[in-house]
Amino acid sequence: MTFGPAELICQLLVGISRSMILFIVCAGLSFVLGVLRIPNIAHGTLYMIGAFATFSITKMFAGSTGFWIALIVAPLLVAVVSLVAERALFCHLYQREHLMLLLFTFAISLVLGDLVKIVWGAEYKSVSAPALLKGSISILGASFPRYNLFLIVVGPLVAIAIWLFTNKTKIGKISRAAAVDREMVGVLGINVSWVFAIAFVIGCYLAGVGGALVAPTVSITLGMDHTLIIEAFLIVIIGGLGNMWGALVGSLIFGITHSFGVLFWPQFAIVFPYIAVVIVLLLRPKGLLKSVW
Amino acid sequence: MYKNIVYSKWFVVVAAIFIVLFILPLFVPRFFVYILALIYVTSLLAMSLNMVVGHGGLFQFHHGVFYGVGAYAVALMLTKSSMPMWIGFIAGPIAAAITGLIIGWFCVRLTRLYFGMLQISLGSLIWAIVFRWYKFTGGDDGIHGIPMPSLLSSLNNSYYFILIILVICLILMYMILRSPFGSTLQAIRDNSQRCEAVGINVRRYQLGGIVVATFFAGVAGVLFVVLERSVFAEMLFWVLSLEIFIMCLLGGWFTFAGPILGAAITVALRTFVGKYTEYWTLILGIMLILVIFFLPEGVMGFFQGLFKPGMKEAAERGK
Repeated sequence: MTFGPAELICQLLVGISRSMILFIVCAGLSFVLGVLRIPNIAHGTLYMIGAFATFSITKMFAGSTGFWIALIVAPLLVAVVSLVAERALFCHLYQREHLMLLLFTFAISLVLGDLVKIVWGAEYKSVSAPALLKGSISILGASFPRYNLFLIVVGPLVAIAIWLFTNKTKIGKISRAAAVDREMVGVLGINVSWVFAIAFVIGCYLAGVGGALVAPTVSITLGMDHTLIIEAFLIVIIGGLGNMWGALVGSLIFGITHSFGVLFWPQFAIVFPYIAVVIVLLLRPKGLLKSVW
Repeated sequence: MYKNIVYSKWFVVVAAIFIVLFILPLFVPRFFVYILALIYVTSLLAMSLNMVVGHGGLFQFHHGVFYGVGAYAVALMLTKSSMPMWIGFIAGPIAAAITGLIIGWFCVRLTRLYFGMLQISLGSLIWAIVFRWYKFTGGDDGIHGIPMPSLLSSLNNSYYFILIILVICLILMYMILRSPFGSTLQAIRDNSQRCEAVGINVRRYQLGGIVVATFFAGVAGVLFVVLERSVFAEMLFWVLSLEIFIMCLLGGWFTFAGPILGAAITVALRTFVGKYTEYWTLILGIMLILVIFFLPEGVMGFFQGLFKPGMKEAAERGK
């Protein structure tokens, strides 16, 4: 096994591009955890719905316009599903213990997972990247897929958008305040229930965006939610609960250790991120960055 | 103390149930014997989790790993080594307990959600290794056709073996939970700060609870191998761990026998609803949603609440 600097850089970039998808999903999960204190296992299932919806929408249109439409419509669909779930079910349970909420979201994920099976069936699905992003470019002589480059560009844009939302808009500021002291926010005459609903929907929307973006890079299948959500939870924990930048750092750690694992010891590549997580948790049990809890 | 138990009416009821279960294989079809045995194995697993979750108050999120380690330990001993078979059966629970000691030693430094997450990451580490180490563990194919002693060759014999081990384990668990050790665990669950102030080494007791619970999970793993003669990497995946959690929730956290009921409900759903439709998890999910909304103390806890007003307080803590 030989590799020069070009392969190392390429693998690093592949790791970063995968981290970007993880980051978008984890930022949503972290936001929900921070504001609503719900450890939402159904988040992974919403991500899966986003990917399946992208598949269906892409197929509806000829050429590559379908993918761009899907990129906008699929996350909105996910947001609608989550709004219904929040207003019908979650909003009655905010006072419950975390453990109960965790199991409740697991129940939701079981239901949604089976609904996906009913709607889309159990076969593997695949989405091809739009013509603009097909093929690969050459970096120092090694080839690097264009789509991954696109992901590396999109990730920071989403990060900036979330930052602008939470720091510059009124609703973002209110939800940050609700994360710290929800009773005080209620005392100020703000309808906390709706703040929670909006925060939940935005978090789930990000899961949908992640699902739509991941669609061309993987085979879309039932069970993709299970592998993702556990990674997402670990990332959120090592980053610091409710901290968006923590989610970014955690995702980079997870994605890059995995991609270098693929390079050095492919058979045990999936082991490396877990080792990194264990090391971080042992050294900094409350996460690398400040947690809002 | 034990004299009171023997003469109480509950002892008679429980003994009667077990006698019925003992003679049942003579009358029911083979398939039901298999399902019953599967329920016993799953019950033992759920009970072992409930020892630390319901009675210990720990967020033991990745209990399935210990079940899997127990099962893999016996499977590897029986297929890869030439040691006597009974050593393999003992190796399962011991391997699970040692894994529990190592993982628990790291986890008890943290509390609640952080405890659970560290356990999930350590457990997933073990899962990832088992999942990928094709040469040793068979990877995602698992190990099939594990040879069994001739004594356990027929299904009925396996059934009796599993039932007897289950009864022994239940008695042991009952004694452990009623012992000063068990009472201390429950006291730590209810108020760990006060326990610390009284001079109890909270972490050591929690670690002890984890080791005991993982030992029984290992026993359940061995029994699974006895019944199925195969092991899969999915046994160590976190989804199974949450399913065990659900069984405890369905049956009731703070009851001794609740998890048995939860395990029976889950296995029965998977078998009988799974026969008619592939969407049995949909039914399970809806049931779970209903239980969380209307019976937060679980089915068993609900009935206990009807008959014993004192249990309501215990149930209140679950909210």
